[in-house]
Amino acid sequence: MNMFSKIVIPIFIVFVIFYGFKKKVNIYDAFLEGAKEGLMISFNIFPSIIAMVFAINIFLDSNFVNAVLGVFTPVLNLINIPLEIMPMALLRPISGTATLAIMNDIFIKYGPDSYVGRLASVLQGCTDTTIYVLALYFSSIGVKRIRYSLSVGLFADLVGITVAFLITMLFF
Amino acid sequence: MVSYIWLFLIIIGIGYSFLTGNLDVINDSILTNGNDALDLMLSILPIIVLWTGIMKIAEVSGLLQKFAKLVEPILSRLFPSVPKDNPALGFIASNIAANMMGLGSAATPFGLKAMSELQKINDKKDTASVAMITFLVLNTAGVTIVPTTVLALRIAHGSANPSEIILPGVIATFCSSIGGLLLDYFIRRRNKQ
Repeated sequence: MNMFSKIVIPIFIVFVIFYGFKKKVNIYDAFLEGAKEGLMISFNIFPSIIAMVFAINIFLDSNFVNAVLGVFTPVLNLINIPLEIMPMALLRPISGTATLAIMNDIFIKYGPDSYVGRLASVLQGCTDTTIYVLALYFSSIGVKRIRYSLSVGLFADLVGITVAFLITMLFF
Repeated sequence: MVSYIWLFLIIIGIGYSFLTGNLDVINDSILTNGNDALDLMLSILPIIVLWTGIMKIAEVSGLLQKFAKLVEPILSRLFPSVPKDNPALGFIASNIAANMMGLGSAATPFGLKAMSELQKINDKKDTASVAMITFLVLNTAGVTIVPTTVLALRIAHGSANPSEIILPGVIATFCSSIGGLLLDYFIRRRNKQ
């Protein structure tokens, strides 16, 4: 299992580069072109990262989570869910940048290899921001009545988040 | 929507600190916030750039398209209302393929094209069609095999095995998609009756 997770990315990279080489693609130029696009993407998301880190840090530093959500600690302990992860699970369908900021905070405080750090990693990777995707895609074609799409999307998130909790417990 | 969340986080944070007499902490937080954001940016930027570079090779060499062709037969079963030769299926396949490889931003243009193709065969233009909803369920469940930003942050914070979360993540995202598709299927069936 451990071996698999370590080898999957290097093999994938070698495969992609070698395939491109065999198809007579100018692999180096293609890489540079893609990297340039990646740089643009990074610059474009920087303002939202500043905005979200700002808000999330104020929110987390105020200790509101511990004080108010703290009343749920006994219940959460019972099912082995750390309190620190709750804001992340709640915000996951709404803002990917907000949960990225929370994950960063968790990594700083507890480290990426702690239980809560691993849980945060799985949560962040397991689903996309439903509300953002729906808003973007439907508004692009002028659809106003979105019918049952939001409830199904949120249900998929709920399943993903629940499985993320269970699977992290099982794996680590 | 995000505006409300942003406002909520800031108001609650500052309001609660004020009530509990913790304003020193908040002042510190506000002044050091920018550095945290910059650190976060610097830790994910190199991987995003590297990964989009690698994946450009996959795109130019036709590997991404080949992969998309592979999932197309499964897709035509998920979208019975879309004719088999409709270009929407190709765009949906490319969108999912790009999402799987952790290229969220490269996936978006394919997704938008898929939506406009689906809109062409939609009877009521202001209302979401069944096929659109199925596509968005697949999309928001976000089938991701390589979560680039998560990996980047884990590396930046010195994880002993950054990629150990890949397999559990794949299982979770897979269950999420299946769950969403099942509910979507049952709603479609109920609506037909």
